[in-house]
Amino acid sequence: MCGIVGIYLKTKKFEKNLGKLLSVMLNNMESRGPDSAGFAIYKDESKKMYKFSLCINDLNFNKFKKEISKKIKKAKLNQISDHVILKTQKQPKKVIEIINSNFPKVSIVGYGRSIEIFKQVGNPKDVVKKFKLDSFSGTHGIGHTRMATESAITTNGSHPYSTGEDECLVHNGSLSNHNNLRRKLTKKGNTFNSENDTEVAAGYVSNSLSNNKSLKDTLTSALKDLDGFYTFIAGTRKGFAVVRDEIACKPAVIAETKNYVAIASEFQAMAHLPDVNNAKIFEPEPGIVYSWGK
Amino acid sequence: MKLDLKKKKLREINNTLQNLDNKKNDRDFVIINPEGSHALCAGLNQEMKVLIKGHVGYYCGGMNQKAYLTIDGNVGTGVAENMMSGTVHVKGNASQSAGATAHGGLLIIDGDASSRCGISMKGIDIVVKGSVGHMSAFMAQSGTMVVCGDAGEALGDSLYEADIFVKGSVKSLGADCIEKKMEKKHLDKISNLLKKSEIKNIKPDNFKRYGSARKLYNFNIDNVSSY
Repeated sequence: MCGIVGIYLKTKKFEKNLGKLLSVMLNNMESRGPDSAGFAIYKDESKKMYKFSLCINDLNFNKFKKEISKKIKKAKLNQISDHVILKTQKQPKKVIEIINSNFPKVSIVGYGRSIEIFKQVGNPKDVVKKFKLDSFSGTHGIGHTRMATESAITTNGSHPYSTGEDECLVHNGSLSNHNNLRRKLTKKGNTFNSENDTEVAAGYVSNSLSNNKSLKDTLTSALKDLDGFYTFIAGTRKGFAVVRDEIACKPAVIAETKNYVAIASEFQAMAHLPDVNNAKIFEPEPGIVYSWGK
Repeated sequence: MKLDLKKKKLREINNTLQNLDNKKNDRDFVIINPEGSHALCAGLNQEMKVLIKGHVGYYCGGMNQKAYLTIDGNVGTGVAENMMSGTVHVKGNASQSAGATAHGGLLIIDGDASSRCGISMKGIDIVVKGSVGHMSAFMAQSGTMVVCGDAGEALGDSLYEADIFVKGSVKSLGADCIEKKMEKKHLDKISNLLKKSEIKNIKPDNFKRYGSARKLYNFNIDNVSSY
């Protein structure tokens, strides 16, 4: 099953409340995915600084802070539960190398100039609370509640998946050609941290975006290359896009007002949104890419 | 009687409506704040009028018998699924599988219905004032579907028997579904359903009729190599 949600703010009106709006959306999708949950928030875009979302698991934060500060000078760290947002001007390639070779217990959940990602196993309501989603501001956010089907219930098996700078993907559905596609993408240089099908789709999107294709074109070609059932929400620094496969068994409903665009698996995830009863509400048509952004 | 989903639980409201005292005369209900709840007003089995103000979730009015249900909003997947009798009137749009497997009654959708509208319908009458999505009337067995707008891909795929009438364009017909000759009895059928749905500005002869070519009914020896 799985529940997916996303909200993109067209105006500044609700920027301070983005986390509040998104947390209720996620909480209301608990019934579609009680195994794990996660969210990506786009906020405080910086031109120089990179943010790394790290899951430190059971590592002691102070010990980690001490160790990492030796390797990355002037790094700023902010701990929220078992996740840490590390800010640095150092290039992503170097930071990733340092973390992977020195901290085997730490997993890099995502990185970019705007994105912050938090995901963990457990009931969505607990995950939302633990990471204090309520307190986040931002321009857009994407979330996922997972009912695990084809790979294990782990942090790495949770969504959103981020396989490129400021990118993320959430998925409701299942892919049938992900093993073949994973092999193809691995040959092209992509790396994967799980056996999960969605991570492959995220890798596919990253690969295409890195070849200077637009998000809309990327998802249009994904319709041909990804075999299976899906409703995807793909996020970038600029906004997000939504696509459903041609059969469209996996639900999605969009509500658009002058202040925001929201998407969710079910309307009940959006029933609390401001002025939603006057919103333009529609289902994205199968095989058509919808996108919003700057 | 007013029922507020912010004050009462969904199960409580459904219980009230499913277990009305036979002798009770107050049979007019308004439900407010549905907020996308699932299975609202499912399993009603007596004559009553229910108006739901707002958008609802999945399987609204499922298995309905005798009740007249109006939804002033959009509905999720499977509205009036397996309905036996009565009327379900959706004033907004309907998600996929509207009226699925329903045996009887009337489903009116003022807006559009998405994919698989009337899938496996078994006797229900469905009137859609807008358009229907792909694979509508898939494996339909009996009943009538009237679409005032357009139909998506593979209309009436693997159809057994059911009358499908579409006023607008049909993107494509599914396997074993063909256009058929419109006869007086069909025009009367459309006329009757348009009247019941309070559609006045459309004439029955604006529609085209689609039905089963009946070629998938029996095993064909020429196809033996396919098995």
